[in-house]
Amino acid sequence: MKEEDCLLKFEIQGGEFLDSGESSVVIKDYLKKIGIPHPFIRRVLIATYEAEMNVVAHAERGTLCFMIAEKTVVIRVQDKGPGIPDVDLAMQKGYSTATQEVRQMGFGAGMGLPNMKQNSDTLIINTEVGTGTEVIMEFTL
Amino acid sequence: MKLDIIANELNWKLLTKISLTKIDIDTGYSGDLLSDVLANCEPGSLWITIQKHKNILGVAAAKDISAVILAGGIIPDDALIETAEKRDLAVFTTEETAFITSGKLYRLLKKDGV
Repeated sequence: MKEEDCLLKFEIQGGEFLDSGESSVVIKDYLKKIGIPHPFIRRVLIATYEAEMNVVAHAERGTLCFMIAEKTVVIRVQDKGPGIPDVDLAMQKGYSTATQEVRQMGFGAGMGLPNMKQNSDTLIINTEVGTGTEVIMEFTL
Repeated sequence: MKLDIIANELNWKLLTKISLTKIDIDTGYSGDLLSDVLANCEPGSLWITIQKHKNILGVAAAKDISAVILAGGIIPDDALIETAEKRDLAVFTTEETAFITSGKLYRLLKKDGV
C-alpha cells in the first residue's frame, strides 16, 4: 500500500474531540454511492470511528487513509504518539488509559480496540513506544 | 411505530427541523459510552443519551441511528443541531431522565406490538 493509493485521506489532530469523527461520515457516503451493502458499511464505520478516536484521545496527531483493493476495504491509521506498551493488555475489554476528562465524554470505555477487532477481518497493529502507532484494518466484501 | 407519534405521545421536544412522518422505529438503546453504543445499538434505533457533544453525530451516522433523545433536559449547542439537520437526523430533548424515557418508550413500543 502506497500513499497514492489512498482514495480518501484525513488528518487527525490529537485532543480535538469535537471536530473529529467526521471521516466516518465521508467514508459512509463514498461506500453508499458505490452500492456497498449497509451491514458491511457499518462494520467499516464502527472500526474507523474507534481508530480515529484512539488517535484523538492518545496521540499528538495522525492520518487516516481509506483504500479499496479488489474486494477489500483497507483503513490505515498512523499516528505520532506514545505508542502502546502492551498490545495484548490494550486489546482486553475494559482496559483503558484514557483520562478522566475523556471518559466523561463517553470515550475510554476500553472497548475501542475490541470493537475494531470484532468489526474488521484483519487487524494489524504496529507500535513503538515513544514514537507512534500504525493500525491497518481490512474488511473483505 | 412512526416517530412523530412516539414523540407526541412521550412529549419530546424536537430540536431539528426535519420531517418525522416517514421514520419508523422498532427499538431503542440507552447509553452514554460511545463505544458501547457502537458495539451494541441496533441499526435504526432511537438512541437515548445524556451526551451532547458533536461526536454523538458520528456514532449516529456509523450505526444508522434514526433519532437521538437527549434526556435530563440536556440541550446541545446550535452547531450540533445545524449539523444534525444537514444529515437529516432527528434530535429531541426531554426533561425526564434516561431511565424514565427508556421505560416509557419500551412500554409504548411493546403496546404497539413491536
